[in-house]
Amino acid sequence: MLNKIDKELAFVQSALNLRARRQEILASNLANSDTPNYKARDLDFASALRGALGGAGGSLTLARTQPGHLDGKASGAVAAAALKYRAAVQPSLDGNTVDMDVERAHFTDNALHYQFLLDRASAAFSTLKLAVGADRP
Amino acid sequence: MSMSNVFHIAASALTAQSMRLNAVSSNLANADSAHASTGGGYKAKQVVFQAVAMGGGAPWAQGVRMKEVIEDPAPPRLVYDPKHPLADGNGYVAYPNVDPVEEMVNMLSASRSYQTNVEVMSTAKNLMQRTIAVAQA
Repeated sequence: MLNKIDKELAFVQSALNLRARRQEILASNLANSDTPNYKARDLDFASALRGALGGAGGSLTLARTQPGHLDGKASGAVAAAALKYRAAVQPSLDGNTVDMDVERAHFTDNALHYQFLLDRASAAFSTLKLAVGADRP
Repeated sequence: MSMSNVFHIAASALTAQSMRLNAVSSNLANADSAHASTGGGYKAKQVVFQAVAMGGGAPWAQGVRMKEVIEDPAPPRLVYDPKHPLADGNGYVAYPNVDPVEEMVNMLSASRSYQTNVEVMSTAKNLMQRTIAVAQA
């Protein structure tokens, strides 16, 4: 039981971390909407999440030569690899590719996803509380 | 803490945009500061932005800062007014090369960018508050 909740929390935690990181990237795009030669960037969320969960996303693992060795997964080094430039719809004359509408839409969407994940984390905790009987009268 | 980087990014953008507003207001304030046609008068000032990395270990978090203030190289506006005390031998007085229409557009653009970044900040604040409130219910 605890194991399952821990698994769900681990997933929610990685997803939340990536959402927060994407929020930073989108905030950078919005902040630099008037910077000459700034290119808008975004996270390839699917591959970044796959990488953070240690799947086929090209995460770095340590070599294990003994059965007792830990499989150190470098989940922090993922996002830089999944960072891509956005294809500009109509770049401006000064080389800036930030499209305010697109960025704001993504920003709001990402904030909503972040809140959904927070909700899932809350739900996991209340399940845990229920299981240990904290809600018993 | 990932989400607080969003604050720093948005704050840098607010600072940069208010500097731009500052330049606009000095240009507009000096639009009618007459000077001799030999030069030395006020020249329209434009602010140039530059992307700058914010978080120490987070190269994807790009804030913005003012790179330089450039002076518009356009020639001054010459007005024929022989009675003006600053008029030259041909009766011309020089006025700064400020284009009020351009400045108004600049002002609107800066003000919209400022508003967007304020919204970014309030979204980030909202998300952080909700993050703190996880599992408190």
